[in-house]
Amino acid sequence: MSEGTASAAELRDTDLDGPELRARLARTWGTGQGLIARLSTVDHKVIGKRYIVTTFVFLFLGGLLAVAMRLQLARPESDLIGPDLYNQIFTMHGSTMMFLFAVPVMEAMAIYLVPLMVGTRNIAFPRLNAFSYWIFLFGGSFLWIAFVLNTGPDVGWFAYVPLSGPEFGPGKRADVWAQMITFTEVSAILVAIEIITTVFKQRAPGMSLDRIPIFVWAMLVVSFVVLFSMPAVMVASTSLILDRLVGTHFFNPAEGGDALLWQHLFWFFGHPEVYIIFLPGTGMVAEIVTTFSRRPVFGYLALVLSLIAVGFLSFGLWVHHMFVAGVPQLGASFFTASSMLIAIPNGVQIFCWITTLATGRVVVRTPLLFVLGFFVIFVLGGMTGVMVASVPIDTQVHDTYFVVAHFHYVLIGGAVFPLLGAVYYWFPKITGRMMSERLGRWHFWLAFIGFNLAFFPMHVLGLRGMPRRVYTYGPELGWTDLNLLVSAGSLVLATSFGLFAWNVVRSSRSGDPAGPNPWGAGTLEWATTSPPQPHNFDRIPAVISREPLWTPRDSLPVVTGLSVENRELVVSTLTDARPELRESSPEPSIWPFITAIATTITFVSSIFTPWAAVWGSALIAVCVIGWFWPKGSKEDEE
Amino acid sequence: MKTHPVEDLSHLPTYGFGAQSPMWWGTLGLFAVEGMGFVLVIGMYLYLWFINPAWPLGVTPPNHWPGMLILLILLASLWPNAATERAGREEDLPNCRLLLIVMSLVAVLVVGIRFYEFTTLHVLWDTNAYGSVVWFLLGLHALHVITDAGDTIVLTVLMFTRHGHGKRFSDVSDNAFYWYFVVLTWIPLYLLIYWFPRM
Amino acid sequence: MQHPTWTRPLLALPFLLAGCAGWPSALDPKGPTAADLAWLIQLFTVLLGVIWLLVVLAVGLVVFRRRWTAAAMPMPKAVHPSEERRPTVIVMALVVATCITVLVLTGLSFAGQQRLFGVDEPAVTIQVTGHQWWWEVRYQDGDPSRVFTTANEIHVPVGLSIRLVLESDDVIHSFWVPNLAGKQDLVPGQQNQLGFTVTEPGIYRGQCAEFCGLQHAHMGIIVVAESEPAFRAWQEAQIRPGKLPETAEQRQGMQVFLSHACVMCHAVRGTPAGGRTGPDLTHVGSRRHLAAATLPLTRGSLAAWIADPHGIKPGVNMPIVPLASDELNSLAAYLEGLK
Repeated sequence: MSEGTASAAELRDTDLDGPELRARLARTWGTGQGLIARLSTVDHKVIGKRYIVTTFVFLFLGGLLAVAMRLQLARPESDLIGPDLYNQIFTMHGSTMMFLFAVPVMEAMAIYLVPLMVGTRNIAFPRLNAFSYWIFLFGGSFLWIAFVLNTGPDVGWFAYVPLSGPEFGPGKRADVWAQMITFTEVSAILVAIEIITTVFKQRAPGMSLDRIPIFVWAMLVVSFVVLFSMPAVMVASTSLILDRLVGTHFFNPAEGGDALLWQHLFWFFGHPEVYIIFLPGTGMVAEIVTTFSRRPVFGYLALVLSLIAVGFLSFGLWVHHMFVAGVPQLGASFFTASSMLIAIPNGVQIFCWITTLATGRVVVRTPLLFVLGFFVIFVLGGMTGVMVASVPIDTQVHDTYFVVAHFHYVLIGGAVFPLLGAVYYWFPKITGRMMSERLGRWHFWLAFIGFNLAFFPMHVLGLRGMPRRVYTYGPELGWTDLNLLVSAGSLVLATSFGLFAWNVVRSSRSGDPAGPNPWGAGTLEWATTSPPQPHNFDRIPAVISREPLWTPRDSLPVVTGLSVENRELVVSTLTDARPELRESSPEPSIWPFITAIATTITFVSSIFTPWAAVWGSALIAVCVIGWFWPKGSKEDEE
Repeated sequence: MKTHPVEDLSHLPTYGFGAQSPMWWGTLGLFAVEGMGFVLVIGMYLYLWFINPAWPLGVTPPNHWPGMLILLILLASLWPNAATERAGREEDLPNCRLLLIVMSLVAVLVVGIRFYEFTTLHVLWDTNAYGSVVWFLLGLHALHVITDAGDTIVLTVLMFTRHGHGKRFSDVSDNAFYWYFVVLTWIPLYLLIYWFPRM
Repeated sequence: MQHPTWTRPLLALPFLLAGCAGWPSALDPKGPTAADLAWLIQLFTVLLGVIWLLVVLAVGLVVFRRRWTAAAMPMPKAVHPSEERRPTVIVMALVVATCITVLVLTGLSFAGQQRLFGVDEPAVTIQVTGHQWWWEVRYQDGDPSRVFTTANEIHVPVGLSIRLVLESDDVIHSFWVPNLAGKQDLVPGQQNQLGFTVTEPGIYRGQCAEFCGLQHAHMGIIVVAESEPAFRAWQEAQIRPGKLPETAEQRQGMQVFLSHACVMCHAVRGTPAGGRTGPDLTHVGSRRHLAAATLPLTRGSLAAWIADPHGIKPGVNMPIVPLASDELNSLAAYLEGLK
C-alpha cells in the first residue's frame, strides 16, 4: 500500500485557489495543439464530442439511404434502383442505423455526460476510451468504403443464413458485414466496461446509489446489457465468417448444422440491442422532464427498478423474432408472455414521468417538446409491440411493413426523439451556446408530422400484404397510393433533419452564450463552466442530495487534497461513495490510435485469409505492450 | 458557483488492490464478457447435440488425456497463483518475480499441450458441425491461455526493470485474478468436450 | 367460431382498412383461419388504441393545465412526502390496470394460438418447396400414381381443411397469403406446416415474406379456391401427362423445347423432358401467371420471358437460351397449349 504523504514539491488544490487553480489544472489535464496531440487525447469530452459528431454523420448517411429507398418505392415497378443496389441499400440503412448510429450515439452521450454527472474528472480507462472511438470510426468507415466499392452487404441487417452463408452469398459482402460487427461490438463492450467502472468507482464523495441521476442509472443498466448480449452477436458473426472462410458447418444442415441456430444467436443479442438503444432515451427523458417540471422526478426508486427490470427481461424475449420460423408452439407462447410482460416496467416509467409533469410547473422549451413527441410516438409503437408479441397476430404481420412501422415508432419515438431533445438540452453545456428556440420548434413540428406521415401508413400496408425488403411491387396489389404518401412523408422528415443540422451549425457559431446552468437544472454537470474545463471541476464536489444544485445552499460543498500537477481523481466505494483513493488518471498517449490501426488491419485482412488472425494478433500484441509499458511518470508508477 | 471545502483527501493512497482498484473492476467486466462468450458457445454445442440424432457426428469422442493433463496442471497452478496475488498485495518484489516466472512457465506449458490437444480430437473443424463447435470451444479457451501467457510474461519482465514498484504490484494482483478465470472456465469445457459425448 | 355480438361493429373496421376486392388483405378474411386472426387484430387494435389515446390525452391535459407561461424559469420546488401520497396511489392503480390488461391480452393471444395450431385432419396435403424465386408445389396422395408436381399456383377446394408442408431447397422463404392465413417460413433442413380452410371461392394473391435474395420482390403466390367438384376436375387434369401439340406450330415448338437446354431444368410429363431444377411445365398453360405471379400468362409474355428472363427478373437463375424468332414463337405456342 503506498503512503499518501505529499512529497515536498507536489502542489495540491489546497495550495491554490480561483483562476490560478483553474489554469494549473487546465494545463495538467488539457489536450495539446497539433495533430499528434489531438490523436493522443484521452479527454472524455473531446472523444465524446468526436464520437457524437461521427454518429450523427452516420445518421445522415443512413437517412440518405432511406430517402433513396423511398424514391424507388414511390411508384410501382420503378426502375430507379435495381434489385442488387436496393438490397445493398436497405442492408446498409439498417446496419448503419443500428450499429453505427443508434447504439454508438448513446454510448457517445454517456462518454461525454456520465463523468460530469457523477462528478469526476475523466472516464475510467481513458486510453481504452480513445481506442474504442478509433475502432468504431475505422469499422464504420470500412463498411462504407466497401459499399462505395460495390461490396456492400446485401443480406439485410440481420443477415440470415443460408442467404448470407458460403453457398448463397458469394464474394466478400457478408464478410464485410460480419467483420463490421466485430469492430463495433468490441468498441461498445469496451465503452460499457468503462462506464460501469466509472459509475461504480468514481462517483463524487457522498453520491450514494440513491443519489445517482436517472440518466446515469440508465447507462449503467445498458452497460450491463451490453456486456451480456454483445458476445452473442460476436459469436454469431465469427461463426459466419468461419463458415464462409474456412469451411466450418455451424449453419449447414447438410453436415449437422442448423439455419435457425443463426437466428437464436443473433436475436439473443438483437432483442437486448433494441433496449440498449431505448433505455438511454428513457434516461434522457427523465432528466429533461425533471428539469422542465421544476421538481425532482416522481418515483425515483420505481424508475430505477424499472430500468433494471427492463434490462433483465430484455434477455427473455428473443424468440418473438422467430414465431413463424417453425419453433415449438409451447415455447413460443412463453415468449409472448415475456414480451407482453415488459410493457409493465415501461408503463411504470411513463406513469412516473407524467406524474412529474402533472405535479410540477411545466416549462415548454424545445427539449421538452421532443419528450412530448416521444410520449405520442413511442407509446403508439409500444402498443403495436404488444400486438406483434402475440403469436397469432404475428403470423400475419411478421416480416411486413407493419413491423417496419412498429420498430420505427419505438426506435425513432423512443430513442431518436429523446436524443434530439437531449441535444437541445445539453448543447449549451457542450458548446457554451444556446440553440435557436425558434428553429427548434420548427424542427420539432416538421419531424413529428413528417415521421407520422411516413410511418403510420406502413401499418396499413403491412396488413394489406406488403412484405419487407422488396425493391418494387406490382400496381395490381393496391399498395401504390399509400407508398406515395409514405415517400412524401419521408421527404418531410428528411427536411426536418436538414433544419436540425442548420440549427446546430448556426448555433455553434452565433448562438446566445449559455453560462454554466441556462436551464436551472439540478445535476452536477451544470455546476461547471460551459463548455467544461479540461479537468471538469476545479474541486471535486461533495454530494448531499439527488439534485445537488437544487439543494438550497449558498455554495457547493467540495473536497480538496488532489494534486494539481498530476492527473488525479477520486475513487470511492461502491454503495456510499466514501472516498478511498486518489487514483492517477492516464496521460495522453498515441498508443490507442496505433493499436486501433493494427487491429483494423488484422480484422480487415482476416476476411481474406485466416492467417491474418495469427500475424495480426502478434502485431496487436506489440502495440498493447507499447500501450501498457510504463513511461516513468508519476501517474504511471504511483 | 461558489464552493466551500468539507473534506481533505490528501491522506488517501494513490492505488489499491481488489475491489478498490478500477482495473480489478475492468477485469471483472472482461470476465462477464468472455464468460458469456463461453456460455454461448457451450449453448451452441448443446443446441447442435439436441438437434442431431447421433453425437458425436460420425467420429469417436476425442482423446481425453491431453485435456485431463491440462486440467490437472491448471488446478495445481491455483496454489502458486494465489501466492502470486498475495505477493502483489504485500508488495513483496522478490517473491513476485519468482512466482511470475513460475506462472509464465505454467502458461507456456499449457499452451504447448493445447496445440497438441487439437490433434487428438479425431475430427477437423470442417468435417461437420460437431467438429466445428468442438474446435471453436477449444480455440476460444486456447485464445485465453495464449493472451494470459503473453500478459504474464510481459509483467514478469516488467518486474525485473526499474518499473517494478508502486502500481505494478496492483497489476500483479489483477493478473493473478485473471488466471482464476482461465482455470475456472476450463472445468466445464473439459467436461463438455471430453465426457459429455461419452455419456 | 361465433364471436360475441358486441364485437360485430368491429368487423366494420376491415372495410376501412381492407381496400378493394382483389387486393390482398389480412383484414379481408376468406376463411375461418384468417377470420380468427382478423378478429384478434381488430380487437387488439381497438383496446390498445384506446389506451394510447388515454395516455396522449393525459399528457396533453397535464401540459396544458400545468404549463408555465412567464418567460423566466421558475425556481425548482422541493417535494414533501405527504404531497406524493395521492399521486403514488394513482400510479399504483394504473400499474395494476396495466398488469390486468397485459394478462387479458396474453390470454386472448394464447386462445388464438391454440385455435390456430390445433391439429385438423387435412383433406388435401400439399408439399411446397421454396426455391430462389419460385414455388415448387407437389400434391400428395396415398396412391403414388396420383401425386403430381406443379409450380407457383395452388388450387384448393372450398370448405375443406388444407395442410401445406413447407420445405426449402436453398435459403429461407416464407409462405404468406394474407386473406387465407398467417405465414410460415420455409427453412432448409426442416419441415414446417401451415394449415387453413377457405370458405369463399376466389383467386388470392400472396407473396414470399422472408428476404431471399435478388428477386424476393417477385416471388408471388396464387391460390385458387374453387368448389370441390371444380377442384377435383382440375386435379384430374393435372395428374394427366402434358397435352400433345395440336397445331403444326405447336409441334414445332415441342421440337424446339426438346432439342434445347430447356430440358436440363424443366419437366413436361409425357415427354422425355425431366429436369427438376426449374418449375414443372406439364400444365403451364393452365396457370394464370408466369414467373411466380410476375407476369400474366399469355403467348406474348411466354415469349418475352424466354427471350430475356433477366430483363424481367434480374438475377433469376434461368439462363438465356438463344432462339430464332420463329422458334421462339412456336415454343410459346406449345407452352401455352400445355393446359
